[in-house]
Amino acid sequence: MRALVWHGKEDIRCDTVTDPEIEDPRDAIVKVTSCAICGSDLHLFHNFIPGMLPGDIMGHEMMGEVVEVGHGMDGKLKKGDRIVVPFTIVCGQCEQCRRGNFSVCETTNRKRHLANKVFGHTTAGLFGYTHLTGGYPGGQAEYLRVPFADTTHIKIPDAVSDEQALFLGDIFPTGWQAAAQCDIEPTDTVAIWGCGPVGQMAIRSALLLGANQVIAIDCVPERLSMAEAGGATTINFESESVAERLNEFTDGKGPEKCIDATGMEAHVMASQPDTLLDRAKQMLMLESDRPHVLREMIYVCRPCGVISIPGVYSGLSDHVPMGALMNKGLTVRSGQTHVNRWTDDLLRRIEEGQVDPSFVITHTVDLAQGPEMYKVFRDKRDSCVKVVLKP
Amino acid sequence: MYYVANIMRSKGDPKIVRSGPSSIEPADRLARRLGWFSIGLGAMEVLASRRITRALGMRGSEGLVRAYGFRELFSGVMSLSVDKRAGMWSRVAGDGLDAATLLSGFRYDNPKKHNVALALLMVGGIAFLDYKAVQQTVARSPRRGGGRRLYADRSGFPKGLEAARSSAKNLLGRAAVGAS
Ligand SMILES: NC(=O)c1ccc[n+]([C@@H]2O[C@H](COP(=O)([O-])OP(=O)(O)OC[C@H]3O[C@@H](n4cnc5c(N)ncnc54)[C@H](O)[C@@H]3O)[C@@H](O)[C@H]2O)c1
Ligand SMILES: [Zn+2]
Ligand SMILES: [Zn+2]
Repeated sequence: MRALVWHGKEDIRCDTVTDPEIEDPRDAIVKVTSCAICGSDLHLFHNFIPGMLPGDIMGHEMMGEVVEVGHGMDGKLKKGDRIVVPFTIVCGQCEQCRRGNFSVCETTNRKRHLANKVFGHTTAGLFGYTHLTGGYPGGQAEYLRVPFADTTHIKIPDAVSDEQALFLGDIFPTGWQAAAQCDIEPTDTVAIWGCGPVGQMAIRSALLLGANQVIAIDCVPERLSMAEAGGATTINFESESVAERLNEFTDGKGPEKCIDATGMEAHVMASQPDTLLDRAKQMLMLESDRPHVLREMIYVCRPCGVISIPGVYSGLSDHVPMGALMNKGLTVRSGQTHVNRWTDDLLRRIEEGQVDPSFVITHTVDLAQGPEMYKVFRDKRDSCVKVVLKP
Repeated sequence: MYYVANIMRSKGDPKIVRSGPSSIEPADRLARRLGWFSIGLGAMEVLASRRITRALGMRGSEGLVRAYGFRELFSGVMSLSVDKRAGMWSRVAGDGLDAATLLSGFRYDNPKKHNVALALLMVGGIAFLDYKAVQQTVARSPRRGGGRRLYADRSGFPKGLEAARSSAKNLLGRAAVGAS
């Protein structure tokens, strides 16, 4: 079959590989009908998250048809079912899964000794991600083996199209969780850094969860226009001061809730000297992340507000103002998304016509064009916001 | 072909049979080569500054050569990184500095002026490659100006933005009444 394979920094190829096979009674094989490129894939593309090995298949946003199942499905999944595969592999039985903390499932990371060493404790196995999270082959491929498939799936009714359903596996619940963990109240202003796909989903989610005002921050006009379409007021951080504008919108008090939908690769620009320093340190391997957005959020957030971080950070961040964080009494909430915690509710909202996540798709191309599309998405060329690949 | 990467795969995991075209373009390759060249040259300038100044008849400039070495190392690291365009620009600027410094040593009374001329020629050639690489590597920042598509019609709410807003408010209102 064909698959997008990681060979090194900025080196992704559409390779011919052997088909995946069932290894365990709880495995299933899915014929992928649609998959997508995520902002997290860009961190891997840039080799900013350690633990990738040449030969790893990329992709953690995918859906398709079940074509083969192991004999341990217990009737929960069968051949012919149409499913979205959540990017977090979940066992459904461990203590964390029972609490709904699916992204920190204790059993699915098959290389948990690595995670135990690096993070102190293991987190869930993830598709198409690093070997710290199990090194499971991803779904930017024609076929995917889904481990723990009896619990790691979201069944999709035929009335819902691929485009509407696909993002249930990652960015929609990610934006939703980012907003949900802000505990939004009807008077709240929610500020969102980054209008990429995750930011766009967070904007819609904050609105649906009843925020009084949503403010979106980015520098890419296409993305800002999409943010406005979703009900946000926008700030272009290249031409405006984020802190000043946020104060204007909130009578000088700052937003109660702040969401970082940018992550470890904040734009590097001379007008934000801290990003230059971070970039230089990254190159000399003195720092792994560029936490400009974290610094800015802590500075502008209203005292006793919430900082919600769906954006991915990989290791060590310097000069995060803990003094301000502590004295302002801010609450920090973060995490890889507990996908299945939210998907029943979100699928219902899609079916009822409340929301349709397919608005974010700007490019749909054949899988073979994947390597090129990584660069188009990364460089925001051709007004690209979200790429869907068809195997 | 044999792929080392396949050794690490578990039984049911796909293994590479044949590799397809890479996302790395010729321009990226050129930038990488120039990056490694920078690192090699930089290391030489830092570690063997005396030999270099001797060969060029420019004794006394060891400190300067070493400083250029560090500059070269930094450009090299930058050219190998994802910000290769910045790396390439810093190499072009460095070529200018190198040429200016070499020119100052290109005097009639310098017995090694032939070596200096040779070095100047090399810097010229490399500068040409650097400039080519700068032009070829695509700017990482989003393209300015025309040709943009704006997405003002993409609310994501099939029933419209206002309907979404008011149904959210209603729901919250009902929840608040229920709670009191
Ligand atoms: N927690 C999770 O489970 C989860 C899931 C999916 C994605 N993510 C992460 O979410 C983040 C965003 O993903 P995406 O797909 O939207 O990626 P993306 O790269 O398309 O979006 C990032 C956006 O941030 C903007 N940005 C850069 N610097 C900024 C700054 N200083 N201020 C404001 N905006 C800035 C960029 O212009 C870009 O539009 C990534 O870090 C990704 O890894 C996390
Ligand atoms: Zn993702
Ligand atoms: Zn579990």
